[in-house]
Amino acid sequence: MIQHRSHIYGVIGEFESPEQLVHAAAKIREEGYRYYECYTPFPLEGLPEAMGMRRNMVPLITLIGGLVGGLGGFGFQYWVNVISYPMNIAGRPLNSWPAFIPVTFELTILCASLSAVFGMLALNGLPQPHHPIFNAPRFSHASSDRFFVCIQARDKKFHLEATARFLQGLSAHHVSEVQDD
Amino acid sequence: MDDMSENEFMHGRKHDHEEHEDSSRVEDHSEECAPDPTVHEHKLDLAAVRAKLRNHGGKQYWRTLEELSDNPHFEELLHREFPRQASEWDESVDRRDFLKLAAASLAFAGIAGCGNKPEQLIVPYVKQPDGLVLGKPRFYATAMPFGADAIGVLVESHEGRPTHVAGNPDHPSSLGSTDAITQASVLNLYDPDRAQTVTNAGEIRTWQQFLDAAAAAVSRSKTVAGASLRILTGTITSPTLAAQIQSVLKLVPGSKWHQWEPAGSDGPREGARLAFGRYVDTVYRPEKADVILSLDSDFLASGPGHIRYMKEYYRRRKLTSPSDTMNRLYVVEPTPSVTGATADHRLPLRASEVEQFARALAAKLGLGGSGTLEGAAQKWLDAAAADLQKHRGASLVVAGEFQPAEVHAIAHAINASLGNVGTTLNYIDPVEANPVNQLDSFSELCADMDAGKVDTLLIFGSNPVYDAPHNFDFVSKLTALKKSADPNKQERKVGTTIYLSTHFDETAEYCDWHIPESHFLETWGDARAFDGTVSVIQPLIAPLYRTHSAFEVLAAFTDKPGVTAYDAVRDRLKAAGTGDQEKFWRKTLNDGIVANSAYPPISAALKFNPASLPPAKTPSAGQIEFIFRPDSNVYDGRYANNGWLQELARPVTKLVWDNAALVSPKTAENLQLAQRAAARGGEHGQIITNVIDISLSNSQVTAASWIVPGQADGVVVLPLGYGRKNAGFTGSNKGFNAYMVRTSGALWMASAGSDIIKKTGEDYPLACTQYHFQMESRRKILSAGTLEEYRKNPSFAHEGDEQPSKDISLYKEFAYPGYAWGMAIDLNSCNGCNACVIACQSENNIPVVGKDQVMRGREMHWIRIDRYYKVETETGDPGGPDYDALANPETFFQPVPCQQCENAPCEQVCPVGATAHSAEGLNDMVYNRCIGTRYCSNNCPYKVRRFNFLRFQDWETPSLKLIRNPEVTVRSRGVMEKCTYCVQRINNVRIEAEKQNRPIADGEIVTACESACPSEAIVFGNANDKTSRVSKLKAQTRNYAILGELNTRPRTTYQAAVRNPNPELEKA
Amino acid sequence: MSASQPPIDSPEIRRLTPVLAPGHTYSSVTDKISAIVLTRPISLGWLIGFVLAFSVFGVLNIAIGWLITKGVGIWGINIPIGWGFAIVNFVWWIGIGHAGTLISAILFLLNQKWRTSINRFAEAMTLFAVACAGIFPLIHTGRPWYAFWMFPYPSVMGIWPQFRSPLIWDVFAVSTYGTVSLLFWFVGLIPDLATLRDRSTTKLKQIIYGMLALGWRGSARHWHRYQSAYLLLAGLATPLVLSVHTVVSFDFSVAIVPGWHTTIFPPYFVAGAIYSGFAMVITIAIPLRKAYGLEDFITMRHLDNMAKVMLATGLIVAYGYFFEFFMSLYSGNKFDVFLVHQRLHGPYSPFYYALILCNILIPQLLWFQSIRNNVIVLFLMSIVVNVGMWLERFVIVVISLTRDFMPSAWGRYSPTVWDWATFIGTMGMFVMLIFLFVRVLPAISIAEMRELVAETSEEHK
Repeated sequence: MIQHRSHIYGVIGEFESPEQLVHAAAKIREEGYRYYECYTPFPLEGLPEAMGMRRNMVPLITLIGGLVGGLGGFGFQYWVNVISYPMNIAGRPLNSWPAFIPVTFELTILCASLSAVFGMLALNGLPQPHHPIFNAPRFSHASSDRFFVCIQARDKKFHLEATARFLQGLSAHHVSEVQDD
Repeated sequence: MDDMSENEFMHGRKHDHEEHEDSSRVEDHSEECAPDPTVHEHKLDLAAVRAKLRNHGGKQYWRTLEELSDNPHFEELLHREFPRQASEWDESVDRRDFLKLAAASLAFAGIAGCGNKPEQLIVPYVKQPDGLVLGKPRFYATAMPFGADAIGVLVESHEGRPTHVAGNPDHPSSLGSTDAITQASVLNLYDPDRAQTVTNAGEIRTWQQFLDAAAAAVSRSKTVAGASLRILTGTITSPTLAAQIQSVLKLVPGSKWHQWEPAGSDGPREGARLAFGRYVDTVYRPEKADVILSLDSDFLASGPGHIRYMKEYYRRRKLTSPSDTMNRLYVVEPTPSVTGATADHRLPLRASEVEQFARALAAKLGLGGSGTLEGAAQKWLDAAAADLQKHRGASLVVAGEFQPAEVHAIAHAINASLGNVGTTLNYIDPVEANPVNQLDSFSELCADMDAGKVDTLLIFGSNPVYDAPHNFDFVSKLTALKKSADPNKQERKVGTTIYLSTHFDETAEYCDWHIPESHFLETWGDARAFDGTVSVIQPLIAPLYRTHSAFEVLAAFTDKPGVTAYDAVRDRLKAAGTGDQEKFWRKTLNDGIVANSAYPPISAALKFNPASLPPAKTPSAGQIEFIFRPDSNVYDGRYANNGWLQELARPVTKLVWDNAALVSPKTAENLQLAQRAAARGGEHGQIITNVIDISLSNSQVTAASWIVPGQADGVVVLPLGYGRKNAGFTGSNKGFNAYMVRTSGALWMASAGSDIIKKTGEDYPLACTQYHFQMESRRKILSAGTLEEYRKNPSFAHEGDEQPSKDISLYKEFAYPGYAWGMAIDLNSCNGCNACVIACQSENNIPVVGKDQVMRGREMHWIRIDRYYKVETETGDPGGPDYDALANPETFFQPVPCQQCENAPCEQVCPVGATAHSAEGLNDMVYNRCIGTRYCSNNCPYKVRRFNFLRFQDWETPSLKLIRNPEVTVRSRGVMEKCTYCVQRINNVRIEAEKQNRPIADGEIVTACESACPSEAIVFGNANDKTSRVSKLKAQTRNYAILGELNTRPRTTYQAAVRNPNPELEKA
Repeated sequence: MSASQPPIDSPEIRRLTPVLAPGHTYSSVTDKISAIVLTRPISLGWLIGFVLAFSVFGVLNIAIGWLITKGVGIWGINIPIGWGFAIVNFVWWIGIGHAGTLISAILFLLNQKWRTSINRFAEAMTLFAVACAGIFPLIHTGRPWYAFWMFPYPSVMGIWPQFRSPLIWDVFAVSTYGTVSLLFWFVGLIPDLATLRDRSTTKLKQIIYGMLALGWRGSARHWHRYQSAYLLLAGLATPLVLSVHTVVSFDFSVAIVPGWHTTIFPPYFVAGAIYSGFAMVITIAIPLRKAYGLEDFITMRHLDNMAKVMLATGLIVAYGYFFEFFMSLYSGNKFDVFLVHQRLHGPYSPFYYALILCNILIPQLLWFQSIRNNVIVLFLMSIVVNVGMWLERFVIVVISLTRDFMPSAWGRYSPTVWDWATFIGTMGMFVMLIFLFVRVLPAISIAEMRELVAETSEEHK
């Protein structure tokens, strides 16, 4: 049953309830593991903290997107009406800035939203149709009613048996290795 | 439904009328446009083609033939096999033919007057005709003969295509202006429904065959006893034509000349004879009159000289300062006319009461006779009489065309007694070549036809089958058979009938020979204007089809049928000329008139005393009086097939595409006639009215009723000219035919008990472009006052003004340093005559949309004339309850083109910038950029924008392509359009000015509406130039902007209307 | 539930009426919801409904085809009434398209748990409504094939859209709204698509859902970023929702036409939009929960809350009407005063009274708990409100245009058969899309339901 390390992605364990997973995640961290990941059917409160995640980049990306959209939007309208093709429309000034606000606003929202979503996907490395974790048996429950943790082989503290035992120690069910490919 | 609308909206080329009722018409066209690839392989294979022709539908084979047109054998084949289509096909104008025509007409019509026969003068453009610059229009002087008048015009010609008619400043009856009918006459030239070849009993014949027939008729009359030639014409003022007729009469024994003009009255002629014992014509000089009284005369808008009279009349109403004086107009009339609607004092009287009024006035002025009117009317008369007397020698009494001889005689007497003769009017020899009592003349003809005294009947300039008094039953006269023993040898009483007309119309159906008549822009000729001036008619284009002029037809009956109208006119005029004949001829052609050929004033001794008149028959009260009037647009029906005139909103009623029996609000009340705005279109389009049966003088007609505020009670007006059966696609089966109930005994007025009017219970939708007549107390739309008010308070037009000040904006205004185009419209000079509307339509390629589309509120006119009554009623609906307020309302007209706002609401909301401001302040419309959101129209407070809801332009009909003004884009479907201040004219002038490196002078640019306007109400120019006419007008205190409070800053402003009522009557 | 039943509308019963019926586990909600898509066979009812909707959608296509062939002249519009059904329907649909994103975004920010089970199909409804709305601005132009000129692209002529025109603002607002709503909806869908991927039995479904799920594996780090992205979207969508109908209202309030030129428009258009939006959600929710037995997830509590939102927004709309009225009279502007007169006594007054009845009077019944809890009545009332809101747009667009500044140019408008065909056609399209949606995607957010399960289970502990 023991195989060569390089073919192993990691060891996966399964939990019944969110609480157990959160508790386990904290323990694994205390144990000194760094490369491990939890898989849950819905976001769990407290899990990020337990895993010691810090704030992510999505908000910043969104902010930048919004600024680009807003400034770009107004700038574009200014350029069109004052520089590129000035026209006397209804005797209104070339730079009728109040009339440019709605479009500016909409562009702000649009760019911000797009960068939020695509930023999130990019940071998550999605779309990624296949991932070694899908090799794990019963992993399909991760999108339904089970909570998984997987300690990855690349963690220098990783040792197949030891890690497996450690997980069982955290009362995980169906502890098993995950084939790499 | 929608397909029907497609059907209606233009007068496309029509072959068989059924086809156009069917809804698949548009598909027809698309398939018609598809090129037929098979044609060329089959080019000479006649059998195959014949087979093909049989299989295809009408349009299809017509088209196919066009493809094959350059094969002479084929043409013969066609004449045998498909006579009708052939003629259409072989005359259809393709590009090559067109260039020929263009070149021909140029050479032909040029002021150089070079040559006479187009065949010899066709010049290819490699040798460019003298003086022609491609793309530059040229203008030629000619004249439109109309009744006892000829209206001098300058016709704009693009590469030989006459496209636009304008007035001839040198011509006495025009002085540079025109009227709606003259403007629209150019469309008649290109009317696709014109007759195109000589036919006999519907079969195509060659011109030679006709010449033979004519010769035969002549020889018959020489040999057979009692076989006489009769000529029936309308009123003729052409010396050449008259001479030609005389020569025919001389050559052909027993021949006679009869005249019948359905809308021309014998009243003035017989009135003159009654007064002076002879026929004389009256020429008025309104310019010299301070006080004018019109006895049911619409002298400003119809009748000989009306354009000039309008000009002169309004010259006396121009105001520059409160100290200026104005003339004063009193009008007595049964139904509101253009003249009456804007008069200072208007007295609605039944037509029959006008004579009583005249008699009473004569009595009042001490000319003998007696008679008084009841209460208010008498007071009115007294005031008018006093006013007339106060202005002896500077007053004028005008009797209406359709009033009986007595009224005219009395008018002559009054003018004489007031010493007006020689000052405000002159008498001249009759302008008509042969003045006769036309009713007698026509009756005589009918009698002779019955008696079988007529062997050959030649008819032109008249359409008797349609417009003869119905008791004459002219059809039976044409078809009646001789009594003969042998039943199987049937012979007609009238041997041969020859009919010359532009269309194959009602009369043509019953005549043997039909000769297609040339349009006046296609032939040489001459005619006398209302004052006797001889005007030369020179063609601008070779006949589009195989048509002939009356002169040529008459020539067929003379001994020298070869003589052309050109030679005749030329020889005749040269004889008249003095000095260098060639020079004289050229000058004449150039001016369009023979210098000082006007008749000199004659002194006509009055042999008449009103007292000697037999007492007038008093119209029995309670009776309904029916009066017949020529229609303001289609006249006696001769213009029924003119889409422009059909779709032109009538000045007072604003009706289009129909005529209706007009009644006063009160009469409507009594007859329980109602009308309401329909859900679709509503006030701006569709009004549902009651249908009535009128059984009058043993005949009956079914008409839609229409309520006209200001019409005399108990009067029903039956406009002539509608209900034509065979006028062409546009004009047939529209409205009702009033001739059906018109008898020789009661040509202009018939009265009967009100029981002869029956409501059928049905309703009929009438297309009316403006139903709501009141201003809803929005004073800043149309501002008007009296001369007194104006003098008291010169800026009365600005009472309660809410116009924001110029510096109200936070932002910097756009500056217009160069030219700032602007327009001033003097409401004091507008009487809604509609000349500007058609001028605009012709200049700017504005499509005709048809009745259905007008009823949906989609007519396309760039300039409209709003009509308001100065009364506030409950509903603002003529059919409403308060008919007393509408008994005689003060009426105002307001032409509304695009206001060219500086802060244009339309521009701000256009998502694609398709409408923007030019550096000269024009509100430009960029058709190519327009995507048709219609937001601009919604946001236009003046609603002057027009939208191509469907493809309103006719892209198929070949002849209609020729009429387009190449300087104006032809708009297609889905595009917004509107008045541009005739930007193409502005640019033409600018280019010239810049070439000569000089500023554009004031009055150099003349918009189409301005040039047409006979009353000079519209003035266009540079508002930056303080010395320009427009600036001066805008500087006046009467100047105001419509809805100024919206701060749209219109470049088009108005001068408030000022009426000049008689203080005496005001007090009353 | 407690054995002793307290009185029906006592506060505790409303507290106890859960947003999720008790006894559900992670797997049970997953099964129940995904089953609708994965295992349930196509029911006859669905088939009939879909076919009907599809044929009405066919009518739309015919109507548009004819329109392109002949021109907008086939409609009842004219001068002066340049805008008719097309714009009325556009505004109506856009309004309906407001509930979804509003529910998802604003209620999410306000942490309203009851939104969970309705937001998914509410968002779907939004998208479909916006799709229907989007048709009209394009086809109502005289030359639809040039409608793209309203978008800023570098053209050879070097000309750009005219950014002062509210129609351009519309283009940006509506397209932004459509895009953001789509993103919001899709982002919410990703975890559920993963669920469907993992639970689908056939290869094809696995591949399709797998593609759509973008390889989602529920990793904690992904969830972390996912949540902040979702939160940000909600935050961005909220002002967007409010802005869209504000901009639509500018189409009118920026123009000078009496009856359009009104400062009250933006707020009361937004309120009206939410009003009609919630009405439409109810119109759809009630049959949906019945047909697929979702009473456990879409409980009376949801209906009750939505009814209350309707009542509230309805009152705002009423206030808007009143104020429009009041300001016209108070301002003394002769044109505005005249317009009020027109609405009350003019040829179109019946529409105005019908509008008052549908939008103000009838909805007052919602004050009563018993009405709000009566599913049938609520359903009917939601339809009445939808009709009322359509009438509101008709009154604003048509009545104002029929009689504006120049009495000489007054006219009237009546729709043609093609106007109706286009309008009803879009309804067919809308219903058809709803039918497709419930068959191929989870109508309720499974992931969020699991969260609810987690919370409720905690409550029960």
